[in-house]
Amino acid sequence: MGRLLTVNGLSTEFRTERGVVRAVNNVSYNIDEGEIVGLVGESGCGKSVSQLSLMQLIPNPPGRVVAGSAEFEGVDLLKYTRRSRELCAIRGNRISMIFQEPMTSLNPAMTIARQMSEVLTLHLNLDKKEARERSTDMLAQVGIPDPGKRADDYPHQLSGGMRQRVMVAMAMLCSPKLIIADEATTALDATIQAQLLELMYDLVGRYHTALVMVTHNLGIVARYADRVNVMYAGRIIETGTVKEIWADPLHPYTEGLLSCVPKLGEKLEPIKGMPPSLINRPATCPFLPRCRFRTAACFKEPAAELTYVGGQHATACNRRLEER
Amino acid sequence: MGGRAEAVITEKVEKGNTVDVVNLKMYFPVLRGLLKRKVADVKALDDVSFSIKPGETLGLVGESGCGKTTVGRCILRLYKPTKGVLLFEGTDISKVSESDLRQFRRRMALVFQDPYSSLDPRMNSCDIVGEPLKIHGLAGSRGEYRDRVAELFTMTGLRPDMMDRFPHEYSGGQRQRLSIARALAGAPSMIVCDEPISALDVSMQAQILNLLQELQSKNDRLSYLFISHDLLAVQYISQRVAVMYLGRIVELSTSQELYSNTLHPYSRALLSAQPLPDPAAEERRSRIILTGDVPTPLNPPSGCAFHPRCPMAKKSCAESRPELRDVGGDHLVACHCV
Amino acid sequence: MDGTKIVREQIPDDEFEVLEEEQLSGVNELKRFVRAFFRRKIVVVGFILVVVVLLTAALADVIAPYDPYEQDLYQVLAAPGPSHPLGTDALGRDLLSRIIHGSRIALAVGVCTVLVSASIGTVIGLIAGFSDSRLNSLIMRITDILISVPSLVLQLLIASALNSGVTGVVIAIGLTLFPAYIRLINGQVLSVKQNDYISASRSMGAKKSRIIVRHVVRNVVSPLIVMMTIMMGMSIMAEAGLSFLGLGILPPAAAWGSMCRDGYQYLMTRPLLSIAPGLAIMILVFAFNMVGDGLRDALDPKLRGALK
Repeated sequence: MGRLLTVNGLSTEFRTERGVVRAVNNVSYNIDEGEIVGLVGESGCGKSVSQLSLMQLIPNPPGRVVAGSAEFEGVDLLKYTRRSRELCAIRGNRISMIFQEPMTSLNPAMTIARQMSEVLTLHLNLDKKEARERSTDMLAQVGIPDPGKRADDYPHQLSGGMRQRVMVAMAMLCSPKLIIADEATTALDATIQAQLLELMYDLVGRYHTALVMVTHNLGIVARYADRVNVMYAGRIIETGTVKEIWADPLHPYTEGLLSCVPKLGEKLEPIKGMPPSLINRPATCPFLPRCRFRTAACFKEPAAELTYVGGQHATACNRRLEER
Repeated sequence: MGGRAEAVITEKVEKGNTVDVVNLKMYFPVLRGLLKRKVADVKALDDVSFSIKPGETLGLVGESGCGKTTVGRCILRLYKPTKGVLLFEGTDISKVSESDLRQFRRRMALVFQDPYSSLDPRMNSCDIVGEPLKIHGLAGSRGEYRDRVAELFTMTGLRPDMMDRFPHEYSGGQRQRLSIARALAGAPSMIVCDEPISALDVSMQAQILNLLQELQSKNDRLSYLFISHDLLAVQYISQRVAVMYLGRIVELSTSQELYSNTLHPYSRALLSAQPLPDPAAEERRSRIILTGDVPTPLNPPSGCAFHPRCPMAKKSCAESRPELRDVGGDHLVACHCV
Repeated sequence: MDGTKIVREQIPDDEFEVLEEEQLSGVNELKRFVRAFFRRKIVVVGFILVVVVLLTAALADVIAPYDPYEQDLYQVLAAPGPSHPLGTDALGRDLLSRIIHGSRIALAVGVCTVLVSASIGTVIGLIAGFSDSRLNSLIMRITDILISVPSLVLQLLIASALNSGVTGVVIAIGLTLFPAYIRLINGQVLSVKQNDYISASRSMGAKKSRIIVRHVVRNVVSPLIVMMTIMMGMSIMAEAGLSFLGLGILPPAAAWGSMCRDGYQYLMTRPLLSIAPGLAIMILVFAFNMVGDGLRDALDPKLRGALK
């Protein structure tokens, strides 16, 4: 499998009245072609911001990517300016995103077919007829009944699940190499969510597209992802294949997160406290205030770098790394 | 349904339950036009029956629009049920007037999904939590009142020295604790928890679930109606679980039984739609993916409301509606095919 | 998560709490309010202007160089100079003194009309907000009709029917501006009623009166204050308009509107006679609008916490 995306040292900051918030802090990871990677973490941990940073979609001001590189198909995405032609040619074409709320991502005043054709004429220079054909074909592939007719609907005429299917169809239109799904199914009902996840899983498999699933739902990651990145307070604190992480969660946060999911007949052991503020964080481990396994040494050492311990498994816990 | 028929039903109900709901119907009129004429009814609840024993937690699961929130609001009489019997500690409160209801209100409480809109932004947290005390005249002197509120703060894992702060100074998880503290203030025998953890992060969800359980273990007569779309959480906290679809209960049994012996095809699909956070278990599972959207209660399908999406549907499913029946072992299910 | 877990030092529960403290630093409400209010420079300017006008009105007798009603027929239409900083009018009255005293009338009319229209509008708005959907839509449709009547025409009608003077002006303007409050309050009540804390209060057994006073009114007060501030400007404008047309506060009273009208005849020779009171009106209206804007920013509970 070829390497598709290499992110190195990505850091994003937001300026607020209270100080500078480092929402993404020195994040490095990579994604192979056709791979499904889960990015999990709680709200405010920087998982969405890290993805938006790649596409340079962070509102600026107050946000700014302050460091890092993101090499995608041989070019550094962060080298271009926000509105450069090169970046526009990649967004929606080579890399597409699916967001949680389809109603805000779709233009309410345009029919589905027109919105889809627009993408195709912009990126692939198709003429009107070809674009329409391709759009209805894609709508059929995402399981929209009677796509020829539905294509002329406006977004508000579709149900939430159908709208999100349209979003998937639009994301797949230009056969991208990478799709970033940011909590794409969170707002949907359980059975509809399952339909959509299955659909996305099938499609990315069929077209050999890599998929990044940004989610807080560990179940989704366990079911569909090959690898997982766990984020906490702007850092990736553990990475590995799904099997590695579930079999042996190394970072105390990962371990805590896994035991936060209710299981029948087992006592829950929630992580205590709440996620830290990201303003003026000390250099120590960000999980330190909530960690059940901290020692006196943790208070003195700076936070560990993500370090591989074998296989594809890496963690950023000083204590765990010492043991190895 | 006449008064006599209701009396018969009331007699059939086991004595000593905290809540008994018998054939509850809740229709919302659809109003149109300048004069707000009624053009149709939305049958949000259609013949819902269940009971909750003291100290028991009944889970209520289903997708949006299935009526689970309406059940909670009917029990608290925030809505006046269209028909049916609603016994709270043995008294029918379905038709009681608002002023007579007040004496029952202290004994029941509600915890909401949205930790933001459920707390008045212009009140400090002490007055939010103490509101039931003031309403029911349980407050006493200022000092007693603050002591009692401080006690409630401690019970729910909040720090009493934060009492004078305003809701916006708390995080989502802490706001939900405030909501629970307020619910406990009147020493209720019944708390309706309407999606209390859905808006929270995973680690906060677990904290709140544990808090609810802990409170119940301290007061063995405290019952919960735990409403959620999260089957894992519902099974974790509830002794019995009711699955709802389009205004009706389609399956009701103990948590363990529902998990190991799922009978209704909808419950099975719901269970399978819930991804388990365990890759090994995921590999073994067969997945049932339902087709189609959740229908609206404004125009429900004929017969069994689930039949258009049901993988097992027979011809008869479109014609007659299956009643909820006991299949043994306290397991109720409403399906022609079981 | 099995036997391989290495047991380390376990930390007692209460220690977790201490480390959280940093995140929840309480903010002084008043400090926050002041900071949010003065965040924009233009609001500071508006606020200073309002204070200046208030002081002027309060101390008019002390700071005005002349009696505003004293005629000096030897000094008719005098040019601005050392004895009369802004000159005199056609009857020889000192223009500056008249403008200073005019601030009293402007503020009195503004305050009274706002109180009249706000109290009528708020009561009806609350009734509409708490009535069932049928009565609500009836009240609101009537309100729509009232709002669609051109307010100047209505003011002229009422003002000409009543005696001129402050009372007449206040009634005329107050009666045309109150429907705007109905709409505001009704909208606010309906949106506050949507909040879960209202259902929570009901489920606890709170009486309707308690819910209205403790929860709804409290949450309606801020937008009401903002509206009243901005309406101050509008009513002062309306009063000036009526006085200019000769239906409001009539000479010899030192009302800015009628001063504009009197000076109008001498626009070519003594432009200050109508420009100076006109500027006074403009500045005061602007100042109230800016203060209203600042209050809106400072009172919005959604912005709380965002501006720590």
